Amino acid sequence: MIELSHIDRHFQVGDQRVKALDDINLHIGAGEYVSIMGPSGSGKSTLLNLIGLLDRPSAGSYRLDGTDVTALSDVEQAQVRNSQIGFVFQMFHLVPRLTAAENVALPLLLAGMTAEARQPLVASALEALGMADRSHHRPEQLSGGQRQRVAIARATVTKPRVLLADEPTGNLDQKAGGDVLAILEGLVDAGITLIMVTHDPAMGGRAQRQLAMRDGRLVSDEQGSPHGDP
Amino acid sequence: MATPSRDVARFAWQALAGYPVRTLLMLIAMAIGVGSVVVLTALGEGARGYVTGEFASLGTNLVVVLPGRTETARLNPGAMFGETPRDLTLGDARALTRSSRVRRVAPLNVGSVTVSHGPRSRDVVMLGSTSDLLPVRHWRMARGSFLPVMASDRAMPVAVIGQTLREELFGAEGALGEWLRIGDRRFRVIGILGSRGRSIGVDTDETIIIPVAAAQQLLNTQSLFRILVEARSREDIEPVRDFVEAAIAERHQGERDVTVITQDAVLSTFDDILGALTLAVGGIAAISLAVAGILIMNVMLVAVSERTAEIGLLKAIGATPRQIVTLILAEASLLSFLGALLGLALGQASALGLRLALPMLPAYPPPWVIAVVVTVAMVTGIVFSVLPARTAARLDPVRALARR
Ligand SMILES: Nc1ncnc2c1ncn2[C@@H]1O[C@H](COP(=O)(O)OP(=O)(O)O)[C@@H](O)[C@H]1O
Ligand SMILES: [Mg+2]
Repeated sequence: MIELSHIDRHFQVGDQRVKALDDINLHIGAGEYVSIMGPSGSGKSTLLNLIGLLDRPSAGSYRLDGTDVTALSDVEQAQVRNSQIGFVFQMFHLVPRLTAAENVALPLLLAGMTAEARQPLVASALEALGMADRSHHRPEQLSGGQRQRVAIARATVTKPRVLLADEPTGNLDQKAGGDVLAILEGLVDAGITLIMVTHDPAMGGRAQRQLAMRDGRLVSDEQGSPHGDP
Repeated sequence: MATPSRDVARFAWQALAGYPVRTLLMLIAMAIGVGSVVVLTALGEGARGYVTGEFASLGTNLVVVLPGRTETARLNPGAMFGETPRDLTLGDARALTRSSRVRRVAPLNVGSVTVSHGPRSRDVVMLGSTSDLLPVRHWRMARGSFLPVMASDRAMPVAVIGQTLREELFGAEGALGEWLRIGDRRFRVIGILGSRGRSIGVDTDETIIIPVAAAQQLLNTQSLFRILVEARSREDIEPVRDFVEAAIAERHQGERDVTVITQDAVLSTFDDILGALTLAVGGIAAISLAVAGILIMNVMLVAVSERTAEIGLLKAIGATPRQIVTLILAEASLLSFLGALLGLALGQASALGLRLALPMLPAYPPPWVIAVVVTVAMVTGIVFSVLPARTAARLDPVRALARR
């Protein structure tokens, strides 16, 4: 489903060339649960952003379901992001002035769906995350864990095939982090493809497939046991 | 992926409400621009209305005949009999009634005289005319009656006086039916003119009006100061003018020795000047609209950088560059529209204040100004937001999301 071959991503910083990604070759199948681990600055976020079409590689090819997505226009890429990819960020990135329900509705709104059509989808997405009774709260009225659940509801409301999570528990305490991880793993059980960046080995170790990065390179690719039994 | 416009408007509204200080600031800037255009054009229109109103108060559809070179009747003291070619006479005035396009003809003599009643006396302007003067000049009587309808060469000893003159000569006593004196002649007061409040030309409060023949005797002249001709309608003004010129020329041995002025021509000149003034003043005020536009651009740029993370997020969840532009522009147009509305209210309120303070000035902004100013405000707001919107649309989502 996701096929990366010989992907490079360079950044020019002053007169220095930073190789954030260096010859990445990676295939990820539908429904896989993949964690990406590695030290800070090793290129994890860059890889995830590239998979999520927020960034373009300096070299190499990226095929999503067989089509070369690096060749797509900005508008086409936006449509792919809207319909097939969900993002979950460490910082949640909820729009502060909008209610939980309005935040969740945003991707549908951008897709041109009417308010009437959106309403049941938003309600069931919030319901699935146990946030139905908080749908009219603003982010500032919610705890970190609740905010991340709203963000996950927003990422899943379009029923995407791939969910990309960059340190989704990085801003949460242990308990809330555990809850969020359980929710994400529930989505994997329901068939979604989850790619999660984390620097916490205990969390990353729960994934079926564990990637490790260092200095922009993939240094290991291991199959673990499902949902982290040791 | 066309987002329903209701959702775009709602999103824009929430964005404005989410940053109340910024929004209020821009609203005020826009409102001041719009408001000043409205109130200044109202002022210009008021001045125009005032002047045209004054002209209209002279009478409507007027054609004024004045003697060609001799402006004052006194310059022809030797005119004992007959008509000297250059003078306007009562005969000329009578001849002008012969067109069906002419409704009324009021011959006019003007002189400065001393009017007395018992021990009290007063210097005033004396008008000699006929019964037609009252309707031609749109005057009203306060009491009694105006000059009676009669042959214009009858020097009946009656007088109509203004309010101030009545007060100064008669005080609290009744003036109607009393006799007063002009030089060595006696006149009976038959009417008191109503106060007009305002009028260019003659101050009717300090005037005495007597039959034209009596005035000519007092002034020792056969000639007239003016002949006021009222055409039946606006369309008749030009034909009447031609008729007057031809009729007088015929009586003056073919010489065109009178000047004929139509009120229309004078009025439209003033109208043009004051209209141009209104435009100029409105144009100057419009500069403040441009200033508001630049302010909007700056504040929108700040808004975009403040909301960088939000724009990055919108991109991540599938907003196209065009959608980002649409959202920002919707916000700007909503803001401009609200600012324009606020400015209209501000301008109308100021115009109202102006009218209350200066009741003689009909300071209403012209309707087209309202349409134009709202349009200009919207266009300014939108045009000046194109740059910020494009900046937003070009943001790199990865970097935008990395910003907190
Ligand atoms: N926009 C950028 N400009 C310059 N360098 C960047 C940029 N984004 C990332 N990098 C560099 O690329 C490397 C990988 O970054 P990143 O993927 O964020 O690492 P990680 O997520 O593993 O901590 C780092 O050295 C970082 O400094
Ligand atoms: Mg990172």
